Amino acid sequence: MSNEATLHSHQQEATHGAVAHDHGNGHEHHHEDSFISKYVFSMDHKMIAKQFLITGIIWAVIGAGFSVLFRLQLAFPDATFPFLESLLGHWAKGGHISAEAYYALVTMHGTILVFFVLTAGLSGTFSNLLIPLQVGARDMASPFMNMLSYWFFFLASLVMTASLFVQTGPASGGWTSYPPLSALGDASIGSKIGMDLWLTSMALFVVSQLLGGLNYISTILNMRTKGMSMTKMPLTIWAFFFTAILGVLSFPVLLSGFILLLFDRHAGTSFYLSDLFVAGKVLSNEGGSAILYQHLFWFLGHPEVYIIILPAMGMVSEVLAVSSRKPIFGYLAMVGSLFAIAILAFLVWAHHMFVTGLNPFLGAFFVLLTLLIAVPSAIKVFNWLTTIWKGSIRFTPASLFSIGFVSTFISGGLTGIWLGNSSIDIHLHDTYFVIAHFHIVMGVSAFFGMFAGIYHWYPKLYGRYLNGTLGYIHFWITLVGAYLIFWPMHYEGMAGMPRRYYDYSNWESFKQFVELNKFISIVVFTVFATQLLFVFNFFYSIFKGRKLTTTNPWDATTLEWTTPIRPGHGNWPGEIPEVHRWAYDYSKDGKDFIPQTVPIGPDESKH
Amino acid sequence: MDTAVTAKKKWWSGGYSPFNVSYGKLMMWYFLMSDAFTFGALLISYGTIRFMSTSWPDPNEVFRSFPGMGEAHMPLVFVSLMTFILIMSSVTMVLAVHAGHMRDRKAVVKWMAWTIVGGIAFLSCQAWEWTHLFHEGAWWGRNPFSNINGTVASTNFTNFFFTITGFHGLHVTSGVVLNIVILANVLKGTYEERGHYEMIEKVGLYWHFVDLVWVFVFTCFYLL
Ligand code: HEM
Ligand SMILES: [Cu+2]
Repeated sequence: MSNEATLHSHQQEATHGAVAHDHGNGHEHHHEDSFISKYVFSMDHKMIAKQFLITGIIWAVIGAGFSVLFRLQLAFPDATFPFLESLLGHWAKGGHISAEAYYALVTMHGTILVFFVLTAGLSGTFSNLLIPLQVGARDMASPFMNMLSYWFFFLASLVMTASLFVQTGPASGGWTSYPPLSALGDASIGSKIGMDLWLTSMALFVVSQLLGGLNYISTILNMRTKGMSMTKMPLTIWAFFFTAILGVLSFPVLLSGFILLLFDRHAGTSFYLSDLFVAGKVLSNEGGSAILYQHLFWFLGHPEVYIIILPAMGMVSEVLAVSSRKPIFGYLAMVGSLFAIAILAFLVWAHHMFVTGLNPFLGAFFVLLTLLIAVPSAIKVFNWLTTIWKGSIRFTPASLFSIGFVSTFISGGLTGIWLGNSSIDIHLHDTYFVIAHFHIVMGVSAFFGMFAGIYHWYPKLYGRYLNGTLGYIHFWITLVGAYLIFWPMHYEGMAGMPRRYYDYSNWESFKQFVELNKFISIVVFTVFATQLLFVFNFFYSIFKGRKLTTTNPWDATTLEWTTPIRPGHGNWPGEIPEVHRWAYDYSKDGKDFIPQTVPIGPDESKH
Repeated sequence: MDTAVTAKKKWWSGGYSPFNVSYGKLMMWYFLMSDAFTFGALLISYGTIRFMSTSWPDPNEVFRSFPGMGEAHMPLVFVSLMTFILIMSSVTMVLAVHAGHMRDRKAVVKWMAWTIVGGIAFLSCQAWEWTHLFHEGAWWGRNPFSNINGTVASTNFTNFFFTITGFHGLHVTSGVVLNIVILANVLKGTYEERGHYEMIEKVGLYWHFVDLVWVFVFTCFYLL
């Protein structure tokens, strides 16, 4: 590929292991790509994006598949399914999932989807793909570290996969892994080697996030093309920027928490342990605090939910503007609210801990700060709605998923306000209401953002389109299904149905929900099958999808569409284009759209 | 940046780094911020547990020994020496960076070598202190020292001490390794060829950071 030759000099320097470089004293040389360097240990950000995406898709199928299995248990607690025994062996003796297996499935479902799919698969994919393309850079600041970032994620994946196959099973104390359960191997079989593998995998994952995040930040700050001032950047880039900062500052705290947990598990320390009985025996641990872990965990945990949602917000902003052929409404307010969310994200973590015995006086401050997040969130929602208001919307699958995102973000955000009030949370904490809240606002919304991104940028990834009809089917079933699954859970939660129970049919108070649980599960199976349809569409279209004939299929203004249909390593065959305007000149002065590379005309109106 | 820098340059409008630093240095700064959070989390955890406890061992009693001085009561003398060594190694690092700016290769070699010596000396001191405490019966999960008010202490005093100073020691160790690699490159002439000694600045940033963290660790464990 001749484009390869235009690769900027920093590429080579980074390959040679050095970090420092000067722009401009380039020594370009041709090199043939082997299969390994092109598809496996690739340093091209576009290939790394695909690696993140496909790994993410595989994890998504596994993680969602786990939810199918445990929803089977919740819907039919008394039935037996012989196929489960062939699948899970002694974990489902006689075709009935054991309690231990149920907890392991729930834990792995949460861990995989939160970290591996919605963090690595979402932000990893699109930060990698879009940052260099949209700021006008040949690649990431350090392509080598970028490659490492993927391979640390891969290692984390391997370790997590291995944990699924150890004899005592994977971690099973919930995705939050609270001690003392997670600290004491004798407390449950899921707290044995599975827990160590979980911690190891997560530590590798943190390394991957840091390598990626440092790269994203320095690329956005340092590598913007001429004319691309910060306020000319598309909102996607702003979103990835804040996401990376959140990650770089919060994941280390999680790592510290894990280090202490590992010592508690293996070195006889009592950081998190005090006054414990296990199996009737008194433990000697004194002086630790289990709540300390929760503080450390949620100091990451809350920013983490925004690490998941910000990239989705960015992509939705972009897709909504493109598909309604209108400039984004309130660009600076959008940036400002991203900023406000990023700051507040660090100041609200204790809203997950209202019922831990947290001082109510302290709790009051966390209530206030938590409810404050509603302000920037509402600004964003308002701006999305005004952006599509009276637009001539092109209802592509990407734009439908973006609109779906706005809908679910509203529904889920509203229930957040309930939970953010500590007095209401005393009743709702650890019930299905919380499950409903965060699945709608985070799970479904982030997936919608991700789908919007995939449908929209698939042509850039593979030079082909995804099948539109399958896309519409995918959207409508997923949207309706998601509401049918999670809406009823609010009622279950308000009725006091706790989360993380193996079998509700033993409780008189929850018998009323037997049929509802069945209904939810059946919708789950349908929605899961629909996602498989999408996965099929994804892989089929790589080879058989309709080919792109134009470089700019959506008539968008941003830089990625000024590259060739299948850009080589280095993105632009010639010079990197210069940028003259913001990314949202749609329907301006009688023109449908004006790309960022077009200079401002003499009698152009202001936006 | 080899573009001429004029007063009217619009730093943020793309095409060059807004802070006029290479991406490598920028990454180092952000990495240090993130590492500060790692240490911050550990130290705050320590503080939390300590304030939850009714009493705590007295550092003047625990850290009272000096190599070769037997039972002499010399509170905090040894750790002061360690701290002095580490701070001196920061000074030599500053001199190395300065020599790098002057592109004075000989001086870079000299000051980097001293920095490495300082780092290794610090680590050796730490090794002695750990061994000494170990022989007194202290380790993760074991605490022979009683509280200042005479009651039996929980093990968290030693737990945190070994975890946090160990984590810091790991940072110093990787700093020493980095410094050695860079020194080797200086000797090979890598940076002479490259035309600048920015790598020294980057490891310098890291080294100063590790020193700074020690000041906090020192304060939290030995002084308070
Ligand atoms: C107005 C905005 C929001 C408010 C006030 C809010 C408030 C809360 C509160 C108070 C809880 C704790 C409930 C409990 O455990 O008792 C919670 C849980 C949660 N929220 Fe939100 N939230 C908001 C938006 C979001 C967003 C945007 C996301 C993700 C993108 C999110 C993700 C989560 C998750 C994952 C949990 C549950 C974690 C768990 O316990 O496993 N929330 N939310
Ligand atoms: Cu939260």
